Amino acid sequence: MADPNAARAALAEQKRALAAALLAETPASDAPSGLNIARAAAAEQFAAAGAPVRRDEYWRFTDPARLTAPRPAASPGAVAGAAGNPFSDVDAATAVFVAGQFRPDLSDDLSVAGLEIATLGQGAPDWASSLIGALESRAQAPVERPLATLTAAAATDGVALRAVGKAAKPLHIQHLAASDGVAAFRAAVMIEEGAEATILESGPGGIRHLSLIEAQIAKGGALDHLRSQTAPNLKEAATHLFGAVADGGVLKSFTLSAANSAEQLFRNETVLWLDGDDVSAHVAGGVVGTGEATIDNTLFLTHRALRGESRQVFKTVLADEAKAVFQGKILVEQAAQKTDGYQISQGVILGERAAIMAKPELEIYADDVKCSHGSTTGALDESALFYLRSRGVPRQAAEAMLIEAFLEEAIEEISDPALQEAMRAEAVGLVAERLS
Amino acid sequence: MLKISNLHCRLEDDPETTILKGVDLTVEAGKVHAIMGPNGSGKSTLSYVLAGRDGYEVTDGAATLGDDDLLELEPEERAAAGLFLAFQYPVEIPGVGNMTFLREALNAQRKARGEAEASAGEFLKLVRAKAAELEITPEMLKRFVNVGFSGGEKKRNEILQMSILEPKVCVLDETDSGLDVDAMKLVAEGVNRLRGADRGFLVITHYQRLLDHIEPDVVHIMAAGRIVQTGGPELARQVETEGYAGLVSA
Repeated sequence: MADPNAARAALAEQKRALAAALLAETPASDAPSGLNIARAAAAEQFAAAGAPVRRDEYWRFTDPARLTAPRPAASPGAVAGAAGNPFSDVDAATAVFVAGQFRPDLSDDLSVAGLEIATLGQGAPDWASSLIGALESRAQAPVERPLATLTAAAATDGVALRAVGKAAKPLHIQHLAASDGVAAFRAAVMIEEGAEATILESGPGGIRHLSLIEAQIAKGGALDHLRSQTAPNLKEAATHLFGAVADGGVLKSFTLSAANSAEQLFRNETVLWLDGDDVSAHVAGGVVGTGEATIDNTLFLTHRALRGESRQVFKTVLADEAKAVFQGKILVEQAAQKTDGYQISQGVILGERAAIMAKPELEIYADDVKCSHGSTTGALDESALFYLRSRGVPRQAAEAMLIEAFLEEAIEEISDPALQEAMRAEAVGLVAERLS
Repeated sequence: MLKISNLHCRLEDDPETTILKGVDLTVEAGKVHAIMGPNGSGKSTLSYVLAGRDGYEVTDGAATLGDDDLLELEPEERAAAGLFLAFQYPVEIPGVGNMTFLREALNAQRKARGEAEASAGEFLKLVRAKAAELEITPEMLKRFVNVGFSGGEKKRNEILQMSILEPKVCVLDETDSGLDVDAMKLVAEGVNRLRGADRGFLVITHYQRLLDHIEPDVVHIMAAGRIVQTGGPELARQVETEGYAGLVSA
């Protein structure tokens, strides 16, 4: 008879061996980087925790094998071809990272009123040193997130962003790839009391992109985060947005993801703590999956204080044999009375072979809260389709109208009209290119 | 203009159920034909089959609009050929703006007919004028298609689409259902404005009421999937006083 203890030990050993193989491909511990101390600590933790495997409950719907197959680190160099920039019409200061390394020669002047922007490769500014790794550690419970730790072990550069006032314009972190391989990036974000900033992200730094953002929002501060995860050269993504929000603070994040082939697997983990009273935290996403791609959005929002308001809105359109996963959890601690939590995950499936796995979870310990969640998946509304066609709109155009309208409900979660328009234009382009 | 002959159809999902059992009907240009009949007689099915809705299988007969064989065409091609169905239950489409929808529909039809598309200015002018006639507010035009519209607003929105698309044949499927007297008058006036020498109407209704406002040239009684009686406006009044029972069994 199999010994369960022996089986567990064997699994742990397998996870550690995988972790060691992944660590062997990260940049050398004496690479020129101001992050080496943080990297060493993270490497130690990752080696002990081990890499995620399908048998881990948190990876039940998405096999992490593709994200944990060892790949060499991407090398920085000449960028091949022109990269698409979904934010080209937005007035932003652009910081370009090639293979995860800051490239001042390709970047805009990063002096933006209201912001202090530095790069981590040069050594973290004082204010950032206590933040780096703090939220990454905090996010390891109640569920381990080893790929965040791996990212911390691998990233030799990144952004330190401190908002001290109302930012004059967004910071666009544009990742470019010069070669295949793994690019790792991290950011430390501090929004000071009453300050406001917007971060835009686009492109991968390699065919595998690891990202870790730790964001601390002080009293009354506001952070807007928008991510375009649509580049065809992005094969594997493991991203982590960890945010802690103090009294009256606001954090909003939106991601547009699109993948089109069996080689593509994206996992976006968002972990937010509504630490202070009257916090507002919104996470939204639009997902367009075709081919045999897999896109996974995994969220964990913890209400810890009074009158917190949280909102998760995900809209997924899949065709072919694509797969999408939505794991969304709202945890309401006992102190978090008057919480207002809302979560909706809706999917449209074109054809019969695509699949959406949705796992909404509510865990509530306070008695005076309002929490709702909904999850629906179905085909396009046939009666709406017929109605449009009966007015002369050809089938393909009618389908595109309905899909765009469906995604629009996620895009409307973006508060800034110019940014909303940028994401809408990208979504419309994706629908035309991939779904018709 | 619209010529329906010996039209038979059954449900795709339930081939045992034949709904239309040989409908013969010709709507000439400039004429308003009304179809009345009891529940389940196949009136709405006839409108869906003409418009090309999925779920019905035509097993015999023909339906043509001018030179076009309707049954061979996709729903959008039927629309471009000049057929318009005003729905009994107009569909709500969240996320699609009413104006976007109207413009898309108009230009798709024009494109299909090889005509020039309407410019933004031309389109706006057209919509504003037609909307005003139907007392449709600019605010309603800005909303999503039929979302949050009252029953009367939905029906007026159908007539607005009809006015803008200028079809050759308009099929109105129980357009009077769910309308109060004032709304019915508005809708009827909208329809009457569209009456003309080169346009035909097929008005499907249960009641005489709508026909008080839209005076028909010809009235048909449909029962059990066929036209069982045809006459002038007096036939509708006879239904109102005597009910269907006598007419249908006759």
